[in-house]
Amino acid sequence: MPLTDQPTADVAVEGGIDRRRFLTYLVAAPTLAVAVRYGLGADTAFAAIPGTPEPADFQDLGDILILGAKATESMLIQLEMDAKGNVSCALPREEAGQGITTAVTMLIADELDLPMSKVKVTLADARPELLTGQLTGGSNTIRSVYEPVRMAAATMRGTLLAAAAQQLATQVEGLTALDGVITATDGRTVTYADLSSLAADPALFSGSAQPKAKADLTIVGRPQNRVDARAMVTGAFKYTNDLDPVPGALRAMVRRPPTIRGRVDRILNEAAVRALPGVVDLAIVDLSVGAIGDDPVSPRSTGVAVVAKTFGQALDAKEALEVSWLAGPVDPKETDATLRAKLKGIQLPFLTPVVPLVTQAVEGEFYWHFASHAPLETNTAIADVRADGADIWSGTKVPVVAQQTIENEIGVPTKMHVVQGGGSFGRRLFFDGALEAARISKAVGKPVKVMMTRIDDMRHGRARAASLNHIRMTYAAGNVLSMEQRVASVETDFRHGLGEAITAAGSQLNVPAAAVPVSLGGSASFAQTVFLTTVNSPYRFGVTNQLLNELPTTFNTASWRSVYSASARGCEEIMVDELAKAMGKDPAAFRMEFLTDARQRAVLKKVMDLGQWGRAMPRGTAQGIAFHQEYKSMTACLVEIDATNKLDPRVTRATIAADYGLPINPRGLEAQLLGGLTDAISTTLRAGLHLKDGGFLEGSYSQFHYAKQADSPPKVDIFVFPETTGEPGGAGELGVPAAVGAVANAYARATGTKPRSFPIIFPVDFEPFTTGTGSTRVNPR
Amino acid sequence: MPKYSFMLNGKKVDVDAPSDLSVLWALRDKLGVTGPKYGCGINVCKACTSHLDGQEFNPCVTNVEDVAGRKVTTIEGLADGDVLHPVQQAWLEQDVAQCGFCQPGQIMAAVALLKRTKNPTDADIDAIENVCRCGTYFRVRTAIKSAAAKMAASPATTKVVSGSAVPVTTAGASLPTTGATATAAVTGAVALGAAAVVKAMGEQGSAEPA
Ligand code: FES
Ligand code: FES
Repeated sequence: MPLTDQPTADVAVEGGIDRRRFLTYLVAAPTLAVAVRYGLGADTAFAAIPGTPEPADFQDLGDILILGAKATESMLIQLEMDAKGNVSCALPREEAGQGITTAVTMLIADELDLPMSKVKVTLADARPELLTGQLTGGSNTIRSVYEPVRMAAATMRGTLLAAAAQQLATQVEGLTALDGVITATDGRTVTYADLSSLAADPALFSGSAQPKAKADLTIVGRPQNRVDARAMVTGAFKYTNDLDPVPGALRAMVRRPPTIRGRVDRILNEAAVRALPGVVDLAIVDLSVGAIGDDPVSPRSTGVAVVAKTFGQALDAKEALEVSWLAGPVDPKETDATLRAKLKGIQLPFLTPVVPLVTQAVEGEFYWHFASHAPLETNTAIADVRADGADIWSGTKVPVVAQQTIENEIGVPTKMHVVQGGGSFGRRLFFDGALEAARISKAVGKPVKVMMTRIDDMRHGRARAASLNHIRMTYAAGNVLSMEQRVASVETDFRHGLGEAITAAGSQLNVPAAAVPVSLGGSASFAQTVFLTTVNSPYRFGVTNQLLNELPTTFNTASWRSVYSASARGCEEIMVDELAKAMGKDPAAFRMEFLTDARQRAVLKKVMDLGQWGRAMPRGTAQGIAFHQEYKSMTACLVEIDATNKLDPRVTRATIAADYGLPINPRGLEAQLLGGLTDAISTTLRAGLHLKDGGFLEGSYSQFHYAKQADSPPKVDIFVFPETTGEPGGAGELGVPAAVGAVANAYARATGTKPRSFPIIFPVDFEPFTTGTGSTRVNPR
Repeated sequence: MPKYSFMLNGKKVDVDAPSDLSVLWALRDKLGVTGPKYGCGINVCKACTSHLDGQEFNPCVTNVEDVAGRKVTTIEGLADGDVLHPVQQAWLEQDVAQCGFCQPGQIMAAVALLKRTKNPTDADIDAIENVCRCGTYFRVRTAIKSAAAKMAASPATTKVVSGSAVPVTTAGASLPTTGATATAAVTGAVALGAAAVVKAMGEQGSAEPA
């Protein structure tokens, strides 16, 4: 859409994080449309080198991603008003349950004096011009769009007021806006709808307006329900699989190899399967993640796509296939034990000596099994690849990389349409579903809807990398002298890059040498950067160093909600309890003593009070407490556990407090904390993947024991602090690590054990599926 | 291919399908009814939970021939036009859904539970096996108790009109504001609070008994 010639104004944002400058535009359109992008000026350095941000002053991963977004000169946020006075915004992010569309709706409605029902936030298609500015991850959404969204809405409001002044032949001063109606001092009114065309006149555009003062906000900071909830509870809400954008699209499923990243030798009964009811076509398809960089050594993984009229028929036909397979690259003898030994072998040494008689130490080594992301909606995508172009629909957090990768591979102009996802937790950073759908559609020359089975999702999808954590804390005379942590982890795959193919193709993010431990040679990979910027001890523990070393493998991994922190910070919180005990202190009082600032202590104190820390607990039950901070937010969690039966513990109560700096939607933030708590209960107590014979045993929720209602506490209290810092901190991932620590500590105190392997209760209490597949014929239990 | 007829959400439907096509795919791929979701296909996740002759059942493991001549109700058939079922209404008030993918199944399971047990205990609720990967369990629990209270307050026919497609601040008076303890323990007080919300909405003319 053409823009007015020049940006008409640039404005320093009130209360801005670092006085970033924004440019606000009027977009040429029949009705009012306003766009905002990051300005030049102080940020020229970032803007001039699209795709390779070199952040000089980042503090955390969210900052990096926000700086990544700044590399683009394009319109980050655009608001449009229709002739009825409704405002729409296509958000360049993925909603998958975090409540970001609700929070953005709130920001826009409040700034524009509109009811939320008049604001519609949708998800933008891939916008390659945004470069790194369209990645959903690192808890960055609200942090990155808070200012531009407010700026765009304030400018739209200012423009409407100018139009109203002209229409009513009066001054802007004295006009008031409420619920989409502007009222003059003499009582005359005009609606936004009346002004929607007039306000599009460039002559009226007076430039950027200041966002409202906080005191004038009536929606932001107050609990709001989700804007999409009604569609969800009536079944009207459309996920990818519910859409029908290409009438007649066939259904396809892929028969995957029995080994991770294995491949097809040949199909043994092709004619028989082709003759099955509903089957339309078969094709051998590439299952590798494609041009963003596969394992260069092993050959590409392949499978057999079965295209049929219904998914039920595709499933049955896929089951009926007989295929001779070639093994994938994972050692067929690999088990958790062999992997753990390898991780032990790459663990970096501690630096601080323990001097006998002078200092004492507590020490622990913790193994974390793989954990499936297992979003309830498995990988699903619709692809319509034609001779002249392609359209793909799927839930993805990196639509630009997805679009560019697919386009490069299939060789026709491609449009990636972003669909709201049924959960992600990091899973949708990879777009394998979209890529496979494009390949299948191209191979069979027809539009297809493709879905992954649950068993394939657990065995061949992505997972949180297994890791070995080693922690040592030394102390003397009431002081903690050192805290060292060494994380040896299976490599977490970040090849999705920062949101576009330039960084995804392998260029590593540069970080300042000062941020990188000498032992690592002064240059860090993206993984190191993520680790160093997210895993930070909040305590005054003397000499503190935390280092990551990764084991390159061919497992399919991806960031899992809170990336390294759930395990790394969770372990530290367990050791904090053990250290407090060794030093003869109460775990909560000990944390209070060693936290560094008043904001942290207020959060901890809040859970102690609300959760009645220290109350008498019957034998076999106990409280556990922990703290975590990340992305400029902080939280504490206190749980009570009933572990009367050590093998069947139940978290019976949870109390959580969190300080997000500036909460946009407290109710949504509570939801995120509740989700983080459930993730923590699951992965600490029962949910993991067993590695055996080079593959995972689990194949469904009856085996991967993600918490169900019977595992979740019947009493939960969550407290979200009112504004503290004035700046919104990260939200989506914060809740997991403190809850991991609290659950493990409660279990340890209730049972008198020291948890060292997670999940704690982890028998193979099921008969692993032997067919590859999860058809309706597989016996569920 | 054989043809099967059954009642789907109050309307008679015919479907041409092999006898062993699962009801889930008959609904989704042949009849365009997409409320019931695939989450596992083997009767484990319960995302497809719907009702067969008023009892909960899992379409993913039920063959279409087995529902011939019977009554199938999916999430789409629960509300009466714009008039939501009290369980759906409670789901909105408690803002249960995160990604929402499991929620049609959760709601259908809750409705079935409340049919069996007017005043479910925590243990009754624990028996619901539906997976919510977003971890909304506590809000599910709260909503079930709130719905039970609603249905007890106005038995048999209780249905609440939701006036807006966007459930927002109508319940503001009873929602905690920032700084307040947000999620109360599940007690009678919550149930009462929820009932009060319905009443408040009624006073604004956006809710009425059916
Ligand atoms: S899809 Fe039916 S129970 Fe999971
Ligand atoms: S709301 Fe996402 S799975 Fe339940």
